[in-house]
Amino acid sequence: MMSKIVRTQANFLYPLILIFGFYIVMHGHLTPGGGFQGGAVIATGIALVVVAYGYEKIKRWIKKTHLTAAEGIGLLCFIITAFIGIGTSFFYNFLANSGLIFGESIPYGINPGYLNTAGTLPIMNLAVGIEVLGGLGAIILYMMAYGREVSE
Amino acid sequence: MRNIAMIAVFAILLSFFMYIALNPADFGYSGEGLNFGHPRFTDMDDYFIHNAQNQTASNNVVTSIVFDYRGFDTLGEATVLFTAVLGVGLGLRMLRGDEDDE
Repeated sequence: MMSKIVRTQANFLYPLILIFGFYIVMHGHLTPGGGFQGGAVIATGIALVVVAYGYEKIKRWIKKTHLTAAEGIGLLCFIITAFIGIGTSFFYNFLANSGLIFGESIPYGINPGYLNTAGTLPIMNLAVGIEVLGGLGAIILYMMAYGREVSE
Repeated sequence: MRNIAMIAVFAILLSFFMYIALNPADFGYSGEGLNFGHPRFTDMDDYFIHNAQNQTASNNVVTSIVFDYRGFDTLGEATVLFTAVLGVGLGLRMLRGDEDDE
């Protein structure tokens, strides 16, 4: 556990980092970024809180099993979304221009910033974001849990 | 002995790549000499720029390529990350020897 200044800063920055990462994930089809980048940002927030509070205190709040489960669920959602369009081909974008959820059309040209577009791409971005935050968070927690024992 | 073999392999590869870079016409690349900044074949780029917004309804063409046109590549990346987490967990647990949490 680090000093009170670091813990106060971590308390202040943790929700902002999570919101920023979620913004990057959900706007992956409009702005630069996407599932991998947003998931890495959210995992950075987890790393900040783990470093500020220490592993012994944080392991009751963030569990490794939950993060590894999130990783598996994200990868499974990604593959299932890819398989739904298998009537045409694997990874077929069956929601684009269909009028359903995320199904609006866009004009050719400059980016107007409509969120309800792009078919299956936001769903895949969300799945990959969940997978990456689970994977990187699990790696951070594994290293915090077992790294000290090896160095002694 | 190993150093000599490594130097020989390095020299062969270096001469091979230098020959390709200086004589691209022998390997199917038209044009003379090095032309990295001006690629000759832009059919794929033009197709993505002109059709990606209509076909995938996504304003970010990079995302439409990563998650739609080349989805297998992204699936491989996700699998690589999954395998990396699996390797880290297995290796550190084997070093530690037991399991104490949860």
